[in-house]
Amino acid sequence: MKKNWPLWEVFVRSKNGLEHRHSGSLHAADAEMALENARDVYTRRNEGVSIWVVASNNITASNPENNGELFEPAQDKVYRHPTFYELPDDVKHM
Amino acid sequence: MSKEKIINIEAQRSLEAQFEARILRDEKIEAKDWMPEKYRKTHIRQISQHAHSEIVGMLPEGNWITRAPSLRRKVALLAKVQDEAGHGLYLYSACETLGISREELYEQLHAGKAKYSSIFNYPTVTWADMGAIGWLVDGAAIINQVPLCSTSYGPYARAMVRVCKEESFHQRQGFEIMVKLTNGSLEQKEMAQDALNRWWWPSLMMLGPTDAESVHTEQSMKWKLKRKSNDELRQQFIDQTVPQAELIGLKIPDKDLRWNEARGSYDFGEINWDEFWQVVKGHGPCNKERINARVDAWKEGEWVRDAAMAYAEKKKNIDKAV
Repeated sequence: MKKNWPLWEVFVRSKNGLEHRHSGSLHAADAEMALENARDVYTRRNEGVSIWVVASNNITASNPENNGELFEPAQDKVYRHPTFYELPDDVKHM
Repeated sequence: MSKEKIINIEAQRSLEAQFEARILRDEKIEAKDWMPEKYRKTHIRQISQHAHSEIVGMLPEGNWITRAPSLRRKVALLAKVQDEAGHGLYLYSACETLGISREELYEQLHAGKAKYSSIFNYPTVTWADMGAIGWLVDGAAIINQVPLCSTSYGPYARAMVRVCKEESFHQRQGFEIMVKLTNGSLEQKEMAQDALNRWWWPSLMMLGPTDAESVHTEQSMKWKLKRKSNDELRQQFIDQTVPQAELIGLKIPDKDLRWNEARGSYDFGEINWDEFWQVVKGHGPCNKERINARVDAWKEGEWVRDAAMAYAEKKKNIDKAV
């Protein structure tokens, strides 16, 4: 064995109008083979109308250890939500 | 012990306590999250065993694809075996998120270091075995797998949701084969009964050793890798399968089997655990044959994998040059 097939992440759009969603991953020699394999592994029952494959090593992911500084600041910004604002009871269409 | 070491141990303990608390709150653990080494190792063991079972599980059924009695049966069996390949692939991918490579996983299987479900070490000698496997083996697998859809490790839980969705046709196609045979000639009926006789006990064993003997149960329950004990799952399997057998006029091969009104469950006879452990330890009827088939397929496919990789790299270089 000279070199192992790289890992690919598979994203499937289940129908037009919806976004592609991560389905899982698989190994393939190149992008074309990854697409073909993704079709057999992840869409055997009409799960999709479109497939994306991305070489896993091209994905940059946030580190859960930084979740505090990344995501906590959004927690105390209640004024970004409509329920923060006080309106008279009889106001309509708002 | 140095002060520094004590502080490290305490930090570790607090991390583990936080981790256990997350699981208790039904939070999912994802691949990049901190996890205790034991959690990682246990999950690699269980998920890879599961993946190997799907892959080796293709072999007993693959035996009958070319000899399926009709086109309807052949397409169904082909689709089922293809699903099993798919399930193996979902599970290997989930396992790889824990930091082990696909090659290491294969290596463990081929070297006999990793286990797979012992039931696939039994031979498939007649067409009725395809019915019995779908009905009983997939039936037992579903009982085992449904609770795993809500297990604590995210990638495993997501793979299991997909597996469970696809598995129910597997059991139905098996039962349909049995129904057809039991409505056929005397010979066909006997063939169905013979398959049930041979697959019944191994199916019960498939749900794992008794609770008293099961070494991993307690920890696995805590991590939601297991929601019910082996004995509970086995009882559930028996209670739901006995009426199905009666419905199609087959007799469960257990003279001690009887309905227990007080328990609302069936009492059943002694399981031959010596046989189970023998098969687990590699001395079942087909252990060698199964592993050899896997190793041969892997070895004989090597030049194809290498050629595909060489072609991909050559193409990449040409694209770069242009």
